[in-house]
Amino acid sequence: MAKDSIKVRLPGLGGQGAVTAAHIAATAADTDGYFAVSNPFFGAEKRMAPSESYTRIGTVPIYDRGEVIYPDIVMIFHPQVITMGKSYTMPFYAGIKENGLVIINSDHDLLTDGDRKTLEDLNVKVLTHDFTKFAIDQAGTELATNMAMLGALFGALGTVSKSAIEEGIKDRFLKKYTASGGTATLDSVIEKKFKKKQELIDKNLSTASAAYDLTAAWAKEVGLEQILEPSKNNNGNLPK
Amino acid sequence: MSTIKDMTKTHNWSGQKLVTADHMLFDAPREKHFMTGSEVLKEAVKRCTVDASVSYPITPQSEAAHLIGELWAEGYVGTYFRGENEFGVMSEVAGCAMAGARTITTTSGPGTLRAMENFPQWSGTRIPCQLVLMARGINSPLTIQPDNLEVTFMLETGCQIWYAENVQELFDMSIAAFVVAEKPDVHVPIVTVCDGFFVSHTRESVMLPADDIALFPYEPYKSPLPPIDSETPPGRFLRDPFVMKSNYISYATHASWQFEVRSAVERSRPYAKHFLNGLVHVTGDADAEIAFVTCGTASNQAKEAQRDLAKQGVKSKVIKLRTIRPFPTEELLAELDGVKHIFIPEFNVVGWLEKEVKEALYKKHDAEIVGGPRVAGGMSLPSEAILKEVFEHINVEGA
Repeated sequence: MAKDSIKVRLPGLGGQGAVTAAHIAATAADTDGYFAVSNPFFGAEKRMAPSESYTRIGTVPIYDRGEVIYPDIVMIFHPQVITMGKSYTMPFYAGIKENGLVIINSDHDLLTDGDRKTLEDLNVKVLTHDFTKFAIDQAGTELATNMAMLGALFGALGTVSKSAIEEGIKDRFLKKYTASGGTATLDSVIEKKFKKKQELIDKNLSTASAAYDLTAAWAKEVGLEQILEPSKNNNGNLPK
Repeated sequence: MSTIKDMTKTHNWSGQKLVTADHMLFDAPREKHFMTGSEVLKEAVKRCTVDASVSYPITPQSEAAHLIGELWAEGYVGTYFRGENEFGVMSEVAGCAMAGARTITTTSGPGTLRAMENFPQWSGTRIPCQLVLMARGINSPLTIQPDNLEVTFMLETGCQIWYAENVQELFDMSIAAFVVAEKPDVHVPIVTVCDGFFVSHTRESVMLPADDIALFPYEPYKSPLPPIDSETPPGRFLRDPFVMKSNYISYATHASWQFEVRSAVERSRPYAKHFLNGLVHVTGDADAEIAFVTCGTASNQAKEAQRDLAKQGVKSKVIKLRTIRPFPTEELLAELDGVKHIFIPEFNVVGWLEKEVKEALYKKHDAEIVGGPRVAGGMSLPSEAILKEVFEHINVEGA
């Protein structure tokens, strides 16, 4: 049965953009009329150090804050989260709820037989896919891995539209400039940057969109039940 | 709108139209935005005709201090500079405020403790400055995570203390805070607290008025103590005690002044009640026998628990305290009518809110008071943990 609110845990490594992905995910869900909250949780801000963030999405107000202890969905951004325990909770699926979902960015299967058994007993579906390679193929840079993971999340959910994801990405990469673009000096800087930014946005968007299609097809194939209720007020943006 | 102009009767130096706090907080049309607590504080400061801000931007802090710096660069804040450390910052805030400037700064955790001597000095000099405290843990062990132990150190500084639950409350409170602190019959500093990370770094939807309006400026000559004026002799760089004995104030005067500072905090009640829409907010079943008494993020978590309990047929309510100084004893008592079990979930190891509530209710209410559940050091407090605490203490029929 689809839930009225879900919690997503996104453990990754510093520099991978898990925090950015969580923020864009919440912005996109908010755009489609969901209640949504995102927050990061990190220690030392350095590359390859554990960095976790969270997104909560629902059709009812969301009060819960902080680390997600009992997630519906876990998005593993890097194999080292599992192989080297670079996360705040061990094992990586600690606390996961029944009928949940785990998406792992890895080029090979990292689950032990024990993991598989535990997750199967909880009816948790697992998708392992090399989203870093996917990002390189789609956008020409591994820096777009987080966009692939973002698209993968929404493809599996199926209730947040691609246009909302686009809004989320634009909000993240354009907002700061539009907010303080009052002066002529700043305007010219924006115009120069805009071409580059537009390119960046387009590539991010196409990566997220392709990953969305990939997991949507996978969800259908494995019979993933709908996890999250459709938005009750999706601003007219019907999910595709 | 970012060129600095002269202040007129209708517009401030950045060209924003001057409005009353009532208009800003209650009447001005609002639009939805999606932002973090740090970002929303920038939006609040932008609308407050702030004269001065001093910062020491370092981890653990929030982005708020440097975002206020951006406002200064854009022409919305009169002056902005960095202190050499948090002690320096809070001293310099005092200097700005004594000179008659509307002043704000932010801090967290270790910074708060380093600056400690200044806070009672602020209230003793009756300056109406604002400190936004985004509570983070206290060392050691070294931490940067959310934990509100530091608030217990602030309780007896003579400052007003308000507690914001979320991004929206942080916006509205930090605007109202200036107005209440600057009332001539109050005129003591105000500490607007929110939980670090849970509010400062959390992105959620928030309703904001347009940014072409701003509060009327602070009027320092309505202050109960005159602002210092270094250009008109004799320039006074310290607030002289009003009855001198040797170089120090007489004990009787010092004692009475401390009482006066606390009385001033008490006199903030009617203003706080007006601008905060009451000193406590209640969610849940009015006739519940189980109540959660909370502030800040603990209110969020208790609301989740209240909703989960309702799904199991158990009635409860969340009584959120919006001010800690003054402490809303009367309002709390009124909401506790018929309550038999009080739970006080907290984000610290000492249970300072439990102590506050017990002191307030002593011989005034006979409910059982459970101080907990408590988490600390950055742990979150899931509804599941709150429900466990409730069911350990009471046998609820129908559960």
